[in-house]
Amino acid sequence: MALLEIEKLTKHFFRLSALSGVSLSVEPGELLGVIGPNGSGKTTLFNCVTGVLPPSGGHVRFRGEDITGRTADAVYQRGIARTFQLIQLFPEMTVLENMLVAAQEKTGTLLSRLLRREETQETARARELLEFLGIARLQDNLASNLSYGQQKLLDFGMALMSDPQLILLDEPMAGVNPTMIKNLMGHIRELNGRGYTFVVIEHNMEVVMSLCRRIIVLSQGERIAEGTPAEIADNPLVLDAYFGR
Amino acid sequence: MARARWPLLAALALCLLLPLVLDQYKLYVLSLTLVYVILAIGLNLTLGYAGQISLCHAAFMALGSYAVAILGQHRVPFEVGLVLGVALAFTWGLVLGFPALKVKHHYLAMVTLGFNIIVFLVLRNWESLTGGSFGISNVARPVWGPVSFKSDRAFYFYILGWTAVVVASAYWILHSRWGRAFRAIRENEMRAEVVGVSLRNYKLMAFAIGAAYAGTGGALFAPLLGYIDPGAYTLDRSIQFLMMVVLGGLGRFEGPFIGALVVTILPEVLRGSEGLYLIIYALAVIIMMLFMPKGLVGLWDLAWRFSRSRSSPSTSSASLR
Amino acid sequence: MADFVQLCIAGVSIGAIYAMAAIGFVLLWQTSNTINFAQGEFVVLPAFAMVLFFVILKFPFVAAMLATVIVSTLLLGVGVKELLVTRLLKMGVLPLVIATIGLSLLIRYSLQQFWTPLALPFPAIFSREPIFLGTIVVSLEEIGNILFAAVVIALLQLFITRTKLGWAMQAVAQNRALASVLGINVARLVTITFVLNAALTAMAAILIAPVYLVKYDIGVGLGLKAFYAAIIGGFNQIRGALLGGLLVGVVETLSAAYISSHFRDAFALIILIAVLLLKPEGIWGVKEEWA
Repeated sequence: MALLEIEKLTKHFFRLSALSGVSLSVEPGELLGVIGPNGSGKTTLFNCVTGVLPPSGGHVRFRGEDITGRTADAVYQRGIARTFQLIQLFPEMTVLENMLVAAQEKTGTLLSRLLRREETQETARARELLEFLGIARLQDNLASNLSYGQQKLLDFGMALMSDPQLILLDEPMAGVNPTMIKNLMGHIRELNGRGYTFVVIEHNMEVVMSLCRRIIVLSQGERIAEGTPAEIADNPLVLDAYFGR
Repeated sequence: MARARWPLLAALALCLLLPLVLDQYKLYVLSLTLVYVILAIGLNLTLGYAGQISLCHAAFMALGSYAVAILGQHRVPFEVGLVLGVALAFTWGLVLGFPALKVKHHYLAMVTLGFNIIVFLVLRNWESLTGGSFGISNVARPVWGPVSFKSDRAFYFYILGWTAVVVASAYWILHSRWGRAFRAIRENEMRAEVVGVSLRNYKLMAFAIGAAYAGTGGALFAPLLGYIDPGAYTLDRSIQFLMMVVLGGLGRFEGPFIGALVVTILPEVLRGSEGLYLIIYALAVIIMMLFMPKGLVGLWDLAWRFSRSRSSPSTSSASLR
Repeated sequence: MADFVQLCIAGVSIGAIYAMAAIGFVLLWQTSNTINFAQGEFVVLPAFAMVLFFVILKFPFVAAMLATVIVSTLLLGVGVKELLVTRLLKMGVLPLVIATIGLSLLIRYSLQQFWTPLALPFPAIFSREPIFLGTIVVSLEEIGNILFAAVVIALLQLFITRTKLGWAMQAVAQNRALASVLGINVARLVTITFVLNAALTAMAAILIAPVYLVKYDIGVGLGLKAFYAAIIGGFNQIRGALLGGLLVGVVETLSAAYISSHFRDAFALIILIAVLLLKPEGIWGVKEEWA
């Protein structure tokens, strides 16, 4: 059974159609790439899947369960995490606190979160992840004081805190220097090796081609192609979408 | 926030000793300040920590005041009236939390504003229950069997007790995962939701708990003054609390203390010039917003940092708020 | 039935005045994200100015009107924008909101303290003679108010839709960053918006002075009504504020006649809450999607 099934997903903004009947599926353990020119609907796709925006039509199924239109916190608790193209953090909270927010809502009830004060497990996991990403020494710094690259890593770390089954990365390499890109790619590969499923939106073709085994191409809200990196590179529809006629 | 612990204990000690040296009027002012601290803590939770605009804090206060006053007329024990008032305030806080889920800042301001005025009108018109514009006088102070809190000094300690309860509970809540969730919502609502923070649950709680504290303050306010009327619970009053928390420092634990102190003591200092007090106050507010938009707590931070750099080398840069 | 129509006309007459204040309010929000809690006082101050020029200094009416508008646009338009708004806008919405609250208190209590706490009478501009239209009786004042307001609002509409500056304002209202990139001087435009608002509130003051009497605390109610009107009608459209203002005026007048005066405000409030629950963007407002 596919981990994530998106069926004819549609999203309108007033008269603008951002997504038109997009269907795709994600297998467990995959490293799927989503590419397409600006405005093709990639981020909207993520937003509809993760509950940030309600879709206008279609269905989203995660592990067999219909999660269409559910709120973002419900989606998160079912095991889907994401990062953002424009970095979204909690600026006046420390790096560690940012990580802890991402951990605390996955378990327990509203009441237990008031009563339970103990956080050793979550803190240990947060430290572990921060070490993995190489920013452990920054744990007490305010998120707003971090450099762009460090913020990207924090964003990534937050997505990992809840041990999600599916991780959606929205342009993780945007604005990042080449060393950091290699760094991030390494992390993603390693985690994928450990069993985490990834869907990655990217503009950086080198990254997508080398990282992903399967790629889906969107253009103007529609899915126009799918295949291995080699197949996509040769596909005339794809070239047309990017460079026009 | 953790570093607020010692100053709080020091303040408590001070509050225990002050009644020995203060005259009746000054004791009254101190009692009123404590009540305002409770109210400011409530609004600080809703607005400062969770970022939800609430312009109806006075309405929740009124629920507490009138519950105690009306039930007191029927010889119901004070604490029962207080609990009922707080429960009422909590419930209405929940009710008002729902629009908070659907509408944005400016609309929320209007919904809460509207609620404040509705409550005021109801208080003014439901004469059989509330005494209408004349209000209720001789609001009874609590009595525990042989022990009566009727005297000003005794009632001061009663208020102090409740203040300690409120402060301790607020401290406890804001240091829990709830506190962190509130701050996350304030910092970046969308991101918070995407990492599993239920906006619905936490916003409702932010409103309800803030309202409950306001109800508590209101319940203590009524017997302190001895007499209440609808005029004490208008929009102007809600704005007064808004001023307190912003002047003190939004979203900072020390904020409500500073804000309540300044707002209550300032008119006393300016007592000679009745009308002028408001003008100076207004100017102060504007100037503060221009130069210290994060509140007077900034001065407190400076003082703290100064004393720390003197005693030991600085350790970490951030602190829990 | 004739009574009802008369009341409606009276309601539209006062509503037109509210609408002017509400429109200015909406303009400020749209172009500069300012929630002006001092909007009521922005009407009171020019009202006092009118008393100064027209009643005390005995200027001819038109001269007094001009002087009032000039004072208003300088103090409340340029002054407020340069001294408060420019600095505070950068810090988010709340500090500016608090500052406008402070400003409203400042204006209100300064007038009370340094001028007078008493209500000052103001002579009627239009005669209050009744005019008979069939069975309906209206006063010249009511017609005058409606026409005056209509002209002002029509001119404003023309300005916004037909002039370059007006288009620039619309651009800034829709997308500030983009407007700036396209070469529009956003800061200057915000100043112009404040000036426009000050002019609108000054006009509203001139019309309302004979109706309400000029007193330091009438700003409280007026400001609230402007706010309500904008919310009910539509916070992000001028026509929304217009509709809202008229609605508030009509509902208020009808309620006063048919319902006991204590609950007069409650009726408008029930409508407000209904709108907020059912169509939060306002009756003629446009839904703002999550940015």
